[in-house]
This record gives sequence, C-alpha cells and structure tokens, in this order.
Amino acid sequence: MTETIGTPAERAAALSSAARAGDRRALARLLTAVENHTAVAEQAMRILYPLAGSAHLVGITGPPGAGKSTLVAALIAELRAAGRTVAVVAVDPSSPITGGALLGDRVRMQSYASDDGVFIRSMASRGHAGGLAATSTTAATVFDAAGFDIVLLETVGTGQSEVEVAAAADTTVVLEAPEMGDEVQAIKAGLLEVADIVVVNKGDRPGAQRTAAQLRAMLAPPGGAGPGSGPGGKRPEVLITTAMTGDGVPALLAALDRHRAAGKDEAAPAARRARAAAQVRAVIVERLWERLAAPTMAVRTEAALDAVARHESDPYAAADALLADLGREETP
Amino acid sequence: MTDRPLKVLIAKPGLDGHDRGAKVLARGLRDEGFEVVYTGLRQTPEMIVTAALQEDVDVVGMSILSGAHMTLVPRVCEQLKSKGLGDVLVTVGGIIPDDDIEPLRTAGVSGVFGPGTTIREVADFIRANATPREA
Repeated sequence: MTETIGTPAERAAALSSAARAGDRRALARLLTAVENHTAVAEQAMRILYPLAGSAHLVGITGPPGAGKSTLVAALIAELRAAGRTVAVVAVDPSSPITGGALLGDRVRMQSYASDDGVFIRSMASRGHAGGLAATSTTAATVFDAAGFDIVLLETVGTGQSEVEVAAAADTTVVLEAPEMGDEVQAIKAGLLEVADIVVVNKGDRPGAQRTAAQLRAMLAPPGGAGPGSGPGGKRPEVLITTAMTGDGVPALLAALDRHRAAGKDEAAPAARRARAAAQVRAVIVERLWERLAAPTMAVRTEAALDAVARHESDPYAAADALLADLGREETP
Repeated sequence: MTDRPLKVLIAKPGLDGHDRGAKVLARGLRDEGFEVVYTGLRQTPEMIVTAALQEDVDVVGMSILSGAHMTLVPRVCEQLKSKGLGDVLVTVGGIIPDDDIEPLRTAGVSGVFGPGTTIREVADFIRANATPREA
C-alpha cells in the first residue's frame, strides 16, 4: 500500500522506483495520479522527467473509423515480433454533458494479456479539445521513464484541425481511409500538414491506390513545389496499409524508424523544444491560476472576473491588473 | 480530487456472443458520468484482470449469459486479489440463478444484477460502493 502512506513526495518516489522496476500496478497507479493531476503526479514528474527521453513517441491520428485502433493493434504485433516493448495511450472523448466517456480502443487490442512488453492505457479527453487529453503527454513521459521502447499516442477521432498530437509526438502518423475526399481536401491547411507519415488504411478497399496517389501528388509533388516543400513544411511519405490483415504494417514500422533516425539530427530537437515550451507554458498558466485563487488574492480575482462578466471591465485589463497585483505581492 | 469520474471496466468473459446488454450498460454508465472501458467479447479471466490493472479501474463489471459464471467469475476475483486489486468492486450481470448468488458473493462479487435491472440502479450501486483510486 505504498500509494496511500507518506507525503506525496515519498509516495511518488516509491511508485516511480516500483514502476521502473517493472511493477505494472505501480505504473498504472502513477498514470491515475497523472490523469487526476495530483500532488503525487507532480512529484513523480520531478523524478521521472530526467529519466525519460529515450522512447520514440509516435502519434496516431485521423478521422473516426479510419482504423486507428486496429492499426495500433497491428503495430503492437509487429513491434513485439521485433522484440520491442510498446505502451499505448488511447484517448476517447469525454461527454461535455455528463463528463462520462466510453473508452473502446481496447476492443481492437486484445491478446496481450500475458505479455509484459505491452501496456495499454485508455484515457478520457476530460474536456480537452485538441485530440488528446491534457495529461497525455505526461502519461507518455511516465511510460518513457518506465523503459518502454515506443509509446503510441492514439488520438480521439479527429476532424481537420486537431493537430496537438504533432507537438506531443516525435513522429506523427495521419490515417486516412480511401475515398475520403478529393485533392482539395489534401491541400487544405490542418491535420495533413503536421503529418510525418500519411497512411491510407483499408488498403483492400477500392479507391485506396487512387487516394494514395492523390495524396502523394498533393503532399510531396515531384520537383519540389507544393505545400510540403514550403518553409518548415513536411514532405510526408504516403503508405498504404490494411491494418486488419497486417498488410503494409512492416513498411510503416520501417518508415517510423527511418523518420526517427533522420530526426536525430535536426527535426526532432525542434519538435522536442516545441513540446518543452508547451509543457512549461501549461505549468506557468496553472501556477498563475493557483496563485490567483490563493486566499490572499481570491477576493480580487473574483471581483475582476465579475467585472468582466458584467462587461464593466475587459479581459485584457483584468488580466493586466491581476498580474500587476501578483507582482506587487511578490516584492513587498 | 473527488470530482473525477469513477472508472468502470465492462467485460464479457467466456464464449457467449451476446454483447448487446453489455454495450447498452456501457453506454448507460457513460451517460451516468462514468468513464467506461469496454473491452469487447470473449475475454479470458487473464485479459480482464490485465485490463483492470493497466486501466486502474475502480469497478469491474462482467456480463455473462452463457451459464459459465460459476467457473469464470471466481477466477477473475482470485486473480484480482493475487495482483493486489482486491479492493476493486466486482459486479456481475446477466442470467444468474438465485442459488448462485451467495457463492458468487463469497467469491468476492459485491453486486449481482439480473434481467430488469435499470441502469440507474447499477449506477447508484457503484456510486455507493466503489472506492476511488488514490495516488
């Protein structure tokens, strides 16, 4: 019962070392702490973050029903055959009405019950809108520090603009199903722009080859001109898989490995820098909110929010005034 | 963090292929504000316990219509205990003869729900009896 005795720091230390030693229950409990944003989670990150950084973080995103979970299951099989350990963070949406969620991604990921090299965790998005849960990146860090070779971050079924996964992952795979749209869909801004690898799944369906050809033509046109070759633009590989049968999955894994190896020089540090910025920024915002809600500030904060609600003040003036108040508190 | 949703695993152990009830319940518990992990058909006790452990659920609910509950359910309970998950609330729904209810309770099942149970009854039972994970 290490998890209920001692200070948060002591519990975090006990859970972290147990998780790193292979205790799956401690790992699961740490992930719960992360999801619930507890003091233990913060202490655990102080321990685990410096120990993480060697796993390959792969984002899998795409519209609902494109086959993300089935592809993740096929990737698990391929990775295990190669002797690599794999963790999955599978996100499904929370109800905006009740807060409940139906997490159904495990249905496609059976048959690893007795394999310690696979760990699947479902997460509800809990109101976070970018395609992941607010805590998904932290969960990936926990898996990373626990020694998994690869962490697959599966988003909710996305529309055109849930691009957050690209900041969370080293390599972003965008899944499409055949006949999901014409070339114009492929040159719209958004999801496809952040793809490092585009996968046309359900490759056994009619139209898969044509969809892949259209995507190739629009995303990485020969000769260089085109959206993929712009400043900071990516030129994603376009692959075809049939996740149900495993066709094309070895080629996808090879492409993931290639992307990672290429990224070791330049692109990955940039992605990791962007991720670091997002993480630090999130903590700064959280810390500021905590200080604004602290007993010494709460009355002023509430008053400022009320004034904005009544349109007597505006959000910018209120924020500036509150930040100035915080600054004065600091230097008495 | 008392406001976080309880997490419930809904599983179908054994070989019967009738999952409509499990799906209706999973959906209904979602509407009651739970985070429901649905694992699908034909689960072995090992698969259920592994899922419960990895997902760190507060509740394991099993739906069985095949009559195999006296074989499968005690096995799940035993394995939960041996993995340190003895505090997880276990419930069973389906076609369970009255005579089997007491032995199931002895094995570690807290709630047994037969035909005609409303989703609200199940939800209220879970809210009253589950202990939320702490970490």
